[in-house]
Amino acid sequence: MLANYGYIDGSGSYFISIDTDKCDGCGNCVTVCPSGIFEVLDEDPNDPLRDGPVAAVVGDKKKKLKYECGPCKPVNGTPKLACIEACKAGAISHSW
Amino acid sequence: MTENKKQEFWRWEESSWKNPDIKWQDSGYITVGIDVGSVSSQAVIMTDGEIFAYGNVRTGSDSPYSASNALNFALKDVDMPEERINYCVGTGYGRVNVPMADRSITEIACHARGANFIYGPEVRTVLDVGGQDIKAIQCDEKGKVTNFLMNDKCAAGTGRGMEVFADLLGVSIGEVGDRSFQFEGEDNVAVSNVCVVYAKSEATGLLRKGHTTEQVLAAYCEAMAERIYSLVERLGINPEFCITGGMAKNRGVSERLMARIGLKAMKTRWDTQIAGAVGAALFGYSLCLKGKGRITQEV
Amino acid sequence: MITAGIDCGAKNTKTVIIKEGHIVGKGKVLTGFDQTEAVLKSFEEALKNAGIRKEDIQKINGTGSGKSSIRIASDIVNEIKAIAKGGCYFFPGARTVADVGAEEGRAVKISESGNVEDFAINEKCAAGAGAFIEAMGRALETPLEDMGPLSLKSDKEIPMNAQCAIFAESEVVGLIHSKTPLPDIIRAIHDAMASRIVSLIRRVGVNNDVIMVGGVGYNPGFIRSMERQLNTKIHVPDHPEFAAAAGAAIVAVEEA
Repeated sequence: MLANYGYIDGSGSYFISIDTDKCDGCGNCVTVCPSGIFEVLDEDPNDPLRDGPVAAVVGDKKKKLKYECGPCKPVNGTPKLACIEACKAGAISHSW
Repeated sequence: MTENKKQEFWRWEESSWKNPDIKWQDSGYITVGIDVGSVSSQAVIMTDGEIFAYGNVRTGSDSPYSASNALNFALKDVDMPEERINYCVGTGYGRVNVPMADRSITEIACHARGANFIYGPEVRTVLDVGGQDIKAIQCDEKGKVTNFLMNDKCAAGTGRGMEVFADLLGVSIGEVGDRSFQFEGEDNVAVSNVCVVYAKSEATGLLRKGHTTEQVLAAYCEAMAERIYSLVERLGINPEFCITGGMAKNRGVSERLMARIGLKAMKTRWDTQIAGAVGAALFGYSLCLKGKGRITQEV
Repeated sequence: MITAGIDCGAKNTKTVIIKEGHIVGKGKVLTGFDQTEAVLKSFEEALKNAGIRKEDIQKINGTGSGKSSIRIASDIVNEIKAIAKGGCYFFPGARTVADVGAEEGRAVKISESGNVEDFAINEKCAAGAGAFIEAMGRALETPLEDMGPLSLKSDKEIPMNAQCAIFAESEVVGLIHSKTPLPDIIRAIHDAMASRIVSLIRRVGVNNDVIMVGGVGYNPGFIRSMERQLNTKIHVPDHPEFAAAAGAAIVAVEEA
């Protein structure tokens, strides 16, 4: 399942997508994210019949991604993002 | 702070329904799904995976109360003791505050499963426009979610935005759809499709310039359709397409949206607002079949 | 040389007249629903204020969200450039200019000469603009000019969950019902709004002096919230709302 966390508002579209078929719940993203955006849940709240842990975006951060992710995205050229680098399964992507 | 006592144009009628052909006494597992949304709450009672009865009420300020109010509404004509329920699943915005629930499941999962039931297994895209969010979901033939997104950060495109407009224009929410088509002359007025606050001040400007209430309603319905379209488009549009939630009842938005998408929305004989609660009750039924139900004397 | 800059904003339209590098006249009127009329009125007000005849103005530049309605302007300057120049005029040491108007918020990194180096912007969403504070003021039945001073009376931090102005309104009503003191609610509103602007500033980088322009600059509660979050002093000119108009007038001199 492709879980898209985030929002669209007047200023743009801000989504972090987690491919739950690839995610094994290792938690590397949780460790590296300076803004504490990720968490690992024991079961997938959007897929009650799936087994095993899965990463998700923390509830109240979903509505602030543009701001929470700001420190990793300076306007003068975005370097490689820590969360994407840390995810060996390649389950994480950003829309902006 | 004084409460504003003027007429509330955004209000709608509460309702309940039961299937007279089902005898709950003869059934095996009785499961309940309760969807506590930001604006409305539904309780659906299912007997062995068939809809037996439901209630649809307004959500009050207190989620636990709204959940039991919805359940009482569903139970009021069926003469079935609450103790007979084998499993209860809470979903929706207030899902963690459903006191009688055995567990909670997100509205994403429940809407897909519910749409699969009320529209049939060919459904692939489920759009749910609720009071406070928009959910676009893709699912497989079993109603399992394959891709989803939810926008609950911004009011544009949600039922809440429509309520703001109904109030601003003094049109009751049930009439918005029809009246948005009842105007003569130009239909080229537009308001912001991305921010309700800005759309509202633009609408005030349009009214002052002499545009009619119907023209402004048309402009806002179009703005909502555009906004919802941009979300659905992000996910990709897969036929068969269905719309659940309160917005499905507003043809001002749903017809404009479907014209943009270029598809016909699937039809159902069921109330589109109950999809989430149906899905929740169905998950309850699956869990009972897995042996996780409450133990009752009959089963 | 005498030039004029007109900034047709979402809420107010401002005109600044500059003579030999100094502001000599200002005009400000509500934009309302007729931008063309507002432009002319603010221009006339500025002329009167400066005691200068229309014929003496050598060049007029326009800027702001309603810039296409400024028919008397010979050139249009984009808002980013206008506030960079205006910010540099008010505080020559400034390297970061935040501009928060009624419907837009932006942060601009500028060079020593006031040229734009980088910018981040928040537009088309009331959550990151003055409209947010105004909408909350309406929900609280508190006049806009009282919001800032009341906010300064609070020493309590209450987080707000809603990002959208429409949803935040219900959250504010909830706070009223739970008997939260008014200053604490207003501070929560300013803190929430400031965090969005601070994030824009961080994206362009906090360099040297940070200055704040735009109508929201008049709000001391908002400035205080920004300072707490950025942990630095924020400089506000006496007339923050005129920065873009002044910038446009300065560009007229430079490009003459």
